[in-house]
Amino acid sequence: MARLTSLEDLERYRQEVLARRDPKKPCVTICSGTGCRAYKSEKVAHAFQAELEAKGLAGKVDVRRTGCHGFCERGPIVVMLPEETCYLKVKVEDVPELVAETLVGGKVVERLLYRTDAGEGVVHENDIPFYKHQTRLLFHDNLRIDPTNLDDYLAVGGYGALAKALGSMTPEQVVAEVKKSNLRGRGGAGFPAGVKWETTRNSPGDERYVLVNADEGDPGAYMDRSILEGNPHSVLEGFIIGGYAIGARTGYVYVRQEYPLAVENLIGALDDLHEAGLLGENILGTGFSFEILIYRGAGAFVSGESSALMSSIEGKVGEPRPKYIRTSVKGLFDKPSNLNNVETWANVPLIISRGAEWFAGIGTEGSKGTKVFSLVGKVNNTGLVEVPMGMSLRRIVFDIGGGIREGRAFKAVQTGGPSGGVIPESMLDLPVDFDELTKVGSMMGSGGMIVMDDNTCMPDVAKYFLEFLADESCGKCVPCREGVWQMLQILTRMVKGEGREGDVELLEDLSTTVQDASLCALGQSAPNPVLSSIHYFRDEYRAHVEEKRCPALVCKALTSYWVDPDKCIACGLCKKNCPVGAISGEKKQVHVVDQALCTKCDTCFQVCPPKTRAVTKLSGQPVPKPPEDLAVRAAKGKKG
Amino acid sequence: MPVDHIIDRYDARREALVQILLDVQKELRWLPRNVLKRVSDRLGVTLREIYNVATFYKHFSLVPQGRHQMSVCVGTACHVRGAQKLLDRVSNVVGIQAGGTSKDERFSLHTVNCVGCCALGPVMTVDGEYLSNPTTEELEKVCETCE
Amino acid sequence: MSAPAQTAEAPGAPVKLTIDGRSVEAREGMTVLQAAREAGIEIPTLCYLEELSGYGSCRLCLVEVKAGRRTRTVVSCLYPVEEGLEVQTETEKIAHHRKLILELLAARWDRVDPALLKKYGADPERFAKHTTYCILCGLCVRQCAEIEGKNVLGFIGRGTERQVVVYPELAAKFCAQCAKGREMPCLEVCPTGVITSEFAAAGLTLPDKLPVAYPVCIKDDDNLRDVAKKVGDV
Repeated sequence: MARLTSLEDLERYRQEVLARRDPKKPCVTICSGTGCRAYKSEKVAHAFQAELEAKGLAGKVDVRRTGCHGFCERGPIVVMLPEETCYLKVKVEDVPELVAETLVGGKVVERLLYRTDAGEGVVHENDIPFYKHQTRLLFHDNLRIDPTNLDDYLAVGGYGALAKALGSMTPEQVVAEVKKSNLRGRGGAGFPAGVKWETTRNSPGDERYVLVNADEGDPGAYMDRSILEGNPHSVLEGFIIGGYAIGARTGYVYVRQEYPLAVENLIGALDDLHEAGLLGENILGTGFSFEILIYRGAGAFVSGESSALMSSIEGKVGEPRPKYIRTSVKGLFDKPSNLNNVETWANVPLIISRGAEWFAGIGTEGSKGTKVFSLVGKVNNTGLVEVPMGMSLRRIVFDIGGGIREGRAFKAVQTGGPSGGVIPESMLDLPVDFDELTKVGSMMGSGGMIVMDDNTCMPDVAKYFLEFLADESCGKCVPCREGVWQMLQILTRMVKGEGREGDVELLEDLSTTVQDASLCALGQSAPNPVLSSIHYFRDEYRAHVEEKRCPALVCKALTSYWVDPDKCIACGLCKKNCPVGAISGEKKQVHVVDQALCTKCDTCFQVCPPKTRAVTKLSGQPVPKPPEDLAVRAAKGKKG
Repeated sequence: MPVDHIIDRYDARREALVQILLDVQKELRWLPRNVLKRVSDRLGVTLREIYNVATFYKHFSLVPQGRHQMSVCVGTACHVRGAQKLLDRVSNVVGIQAGGTSKDERFSLHTVNCVGCCALGPVMTVDGEYLSNPTTEELEKVCETCE
Repeated sequence: MSAPAQTAEAPGAPVKLTIDGRSVEAREGMTVLQAAREAGIEIPTLCYLEELSGYGSCRLCLVEVKAGRRTRTVVSCLYPVEEGLEVQTETEKIAHHRKLILELLAARWDRVDPALLKKYGADPERFAKHTTYCILCGLCVRQCAEIEGKNVLGFIGRGTERQVVVYPELAAKFCAQCAKGREMPCLEVCPTGVITSEFAAAGLTLPDKLPVAYPVCIKDDDNLRDVAKKVGDV
């Protein structure tokens, strides 16, 4: 495309793009986010192209690979425009039928629709319960955009906010607008973005930097990834506006190398922007110049911490520095630097184009706008969820998430990643915002929301997070390096059945020092998952220590497998599948697990027929001796 | 020296150290000693710093890696859905522990802390291709296709 | 690495603060620790030496500072003095942290200063031992780099796996000069005595095939192998 040299140029070009497009022209959009790609969405896209070619429809129907739609549980997702008919779990073999029935015949293919509990098919994405309760501001355009096509973004009004900021607002006015919107940092801590922008803008120095934190390291969180992969321009537009407002000439995007698609789409987007004159020298002829550089992280969770991230960009070890002088005063290369996370930047164009008041009208008193959560774990509808701040956990987990898998009981939801905490059932009506989550001992974090059912053991989960943190600690300061390691030793003993009286108190005592004396946020928040699970599930800790019992039947060392002689029907499945030959039993005889040989691999429990349920897990009690008489007592097919 | 083209790509800038090592890792699958020395000389960065960086970030390997990379996700979402069992299964099939490389240098097995496909959990990747909770049989099939 | 610590001679505008209720005059650019020591107020340290850059890893020199309305726990070896700052060096909270830090260090190293242990009532047997002797204070690394201008010593790894290693190729070049007629400075600054004269000697007597790096606190062959694996010496 020709370089755009003025604000009018941009608008003229946008109208050209729109004029070239027929909104009535059929278009097959295929979700090509990482989740759907993993479900082979790319093969589905190829199949559509081939089928359209074969049927002579290639010029009449567009095929568009879009970013993530969020309903990852049911991918690959195909939406047929203009009717917006939504098909789930589409396979290559479904393609000919979809082309023949929907595109040619104008009929809906019922079997690929979403089904309600009552069995009714739902035609449109927005009527599916998963989507119905969401407010999709950031994800709204994902369906309409091929992330590798700048024209698609311009067609939905993209870079209009940048034009508005450059054309009719001073940098100070932009900062004031963001401040007024009370946009708080989506990276976790919730610091007001406008305040940070102002500090950076007003710090002395001839050069200042802006940065995007795309080092999304929380395990179980992938919303930043989906925004970057699905709509990179929304982030870049916010970023360029930020550069203008803060007075920076250079911006850095720090992105995990584990997100290759995000890196690829970003690089492509930057090339397109340069070519269009939306990036580089004298953007749109306004005299504002801005460059963006991409730096990849090489695998260190701690590099998501602002000062460590800046060290990393300087080519050094990503160790945090003490923040006695804020990075907004002395950051990257010792210059004033403003770092915000992906989702924070993506909100900026919305605030600028629709105004701070509109934005502040969404959400709660202290937390404005929407928040994207990755709803994962033992929930039925895994995926990315965007809701107004203040929606209750119950609605997110049950109305949107569709409740717990396999009809099991809800136990807790973990928010805020390794720096967050668990929230029990009694708190499910909590409105989710920055302050409420902090009040109950968790935190917003970047937006991971991991649902746990009654098969989850709390000391085991706490141990899991500490293992992660011990592995990810940079090792510089004693409280974090040694303290987290010692906490991990205590928990490891506990789940092995070697817990000692006073262990829980020792964990609590250690926590106070690790929280207060560590160098950076990783150490300071490391005890959170442990403390919150002790707070809400102290009994479970007590059972591990005092009774050597794991109530959730998870901890291997505390669990035994036993065949209930009253239920066994001698089907032989457990014996046949036991990988170590620990199960004996003849025809019509009750099977017996040899406790000395059993490795507790759980195989027998899984293969025992659901109607029989003879294989039983025991914890905190001795395993009953096998009966004298091994003859089967249970009748086949009936519950004993 | 074969890494010079990578170093030149970044004008041998000191602060590009991590980016250069990432590109070398991608091309050679590990960071050989002579390469690190060359990077040290050309960037004017001490060996002490090079090794500090190369051993700090998880993605770098200082020993040769297998031709095929297997990564099992052990992120929280996968953990609560049984990532450990999947890891044990993969270990059994390829005969190496996490962090190891098979003797014939065919496979390397790693754990990663979240690949961002929580809906498929427990999930693993083989050379970047995603597999959702594969069975032993499925794993054996995949291995057969890896030379 | 942060900027080298300012020495007391550094010019700077005068700054008034209080430490433990005493009014103290310092100069711009000084740290709280320097100001305290000049005023004769003792704060325990382990990873700090006046002539080396501040590092802030042992956290023993924690103090509470109040600037405006906000009270924070900070390390005095890095926190810059500011006008009107109120510093408390021995609150109950600080004493608790120091006690725990000493106990954590004692799990790594069996010669923590008994006087300090006693002062803070620390029990050296409280935590699971995983003795490595080296406590990663980084003094030897900073000494070698900042004072001698050499880079014979460095860190590898992260978390509890972090280690201080020596690069024999460089040791061969520089350690002999360093050792001439004096105790080697890196041995001098080591608080644990783990850098031994064997280490120094190793730099001087070269094996046929040099490893890339070996640990300064050679415990046993396992330890050597572990480092060799990490730096690709296999």
